[in-house]
Amino acid sequence: MDIMKGEVICIIGPSGSGKSTLIRCINALNDVQQGTITLEGYDVHDPKLDKLELRRKVGMVFQQYNLFPHKTALENVMMAPLKVLKEPKAEVEVRARALIKKVRLEGKENAYPGELSGGQQQRVAIARSLAMNPNVMLFDEVTAALDPETVKEVLLTIKELATDGMTCILVTHEMGFAREVADHIYFTDKGVIVEHGAPDTFFDNASDPRTKKFLGQIL
Amino acid sequence: MIETFQDFFRSVADTYPKWNFIFFHDPSQWERVISGFYVTVQLSVVCVILSVVIGIIGAWAQGSPSRIIRWVVQGYIQFFRNTPPLIQLLFFYFALGQFTPTVTGPDGWTEQPIISNVGWAIISLSFFAGAFNVEIFRSGLEAVPNATLEAAEALGFTRAQTYTNVTFPLALRVSLPALNNNLINLVKTTTQAIAIAVPELLYEMVSIWNDYASAQNAAMTVLFFTYIALVGILAFGMNRWEARLHVPGFGKTS
Repeated sequence: MDIMKGEVICIIGPSGSGKSTLIRCINALNDVQQGTITLEGYDVHDPKLDKLELRRKVGMVFQQYNLFPHKTALENVMMAPLKVLKEPKAEVEVRARALIKKVRLEGKENAYPGELSGGQQQRVAIARSLAMNPNVMLFDEVTAALDPETVKEVLLTIKELATDGMTCILVTHEMGFAREVADHIYFTDKGVIVEHGAPDTFFDNASDPRTKKFLGQIL
Repeated sequence: MIETFQDFFRSVADTYPKWNFIFFHDPSQWERVISGFYVTVQLSVVCVILSVVIGIIGAWAQGSPSRIIRWVVQGYIQFFRNTPPLIQLLFFYFALGQFTPTVTGPDGWTEQPIISNVGWAIISLSFFAGAFNVEIFRSGLEAVPNATLEAAEALGFTRAQTYTNVTFPLALRVSLPALNNNLINLVKTTTQAIAIAVPELLYEMVSIWNDYASAQNAAMTVLFFTYIALVGILAFGMNRWEARLHVPGFGKTS
């Protein structure tokens, strides 16, 4: 599996097929049992590699948003650059406000996560990851916990990111979205990549019976 | 003004001989009450702070990868939580007190133990309340979702940064109500220091009614009201702190 800079990759497959594990290996949240992952020349699972250094370059957004509940939206976005990168506060704040505007949450800077809807929280989470200026963004079923109306706002944000040229790797169940935004789609089952291809070929002419069965159930 | 006050309690004592508020009309007895009150406040403040520090360090050490450290903390908790604080006080002062080095007193010839009875009371009460605080903070730490910590990890936070910026602030909020209870108990337990002759409020009051039997009812009444006030101040402060740390949408479901 090769991913080029600026590409948008979607990973789909039944639950328990290893999609999340796969992307969690990319920022070393999970360990690799077999094989290697290379990110811009770094061997991700080289035991000598500074994992923190790696994670600063890889943004990750989770299914359950996982915002820091005791911090406002703005503070959530500012926290990592301030504490991890030790950047000056004034500079970080300017960037954080711009990011919050970018995810269309202007006016919600001082709201706490508990006061925001799921979709709003998820967009704060995206802004929080972007604040670290990552080279690649990982999205782990980011719309799975949202209700249908708010799914749209989050997908729109991700789409804008993709248009801006951010390398994105998404685990998703949003087939329509995958087809629309992805450059390449991977289908996993039982821990292996069964099939992959460009969206149109993948959705219209799937060759593997497992892929066909899965798409048949879902579409 | 003070004379009127003293005259009033003197007349109360004359009319009702069982209600001699002697410390309200005899300045030398008043001084005993004040010095006892002062020791109680000192003892309470120092023990509250130390027990919280012990609680935080202990809860942190309980998550240590070293099994030996975890065992030590667990042993400490079991010992101090499962034995009566009065026995702990006596044990520290009479048993351990024998083995501490002595220093020459200010008069130049008496030998005094390096840790006084007040010192032992502080040590013993702090460790007693600290054992409960470890468990209180641990329950707070366990209430912090792993997913939240994972998010910090994914952002490149070190373990220490995650602890100070995310884990601890969230755990503290969860722990405060239980901590509040335990600290209130601690303030009340300081009266047990009377057993090793720490001159705190109860000690002074008992001394007064031993000297003046007519003051017993009055002294007990004043003791009750003083502790209600002391604990009230602590509880008020803790509630204010809880309110200040309250985050909309976290903890209390609004």
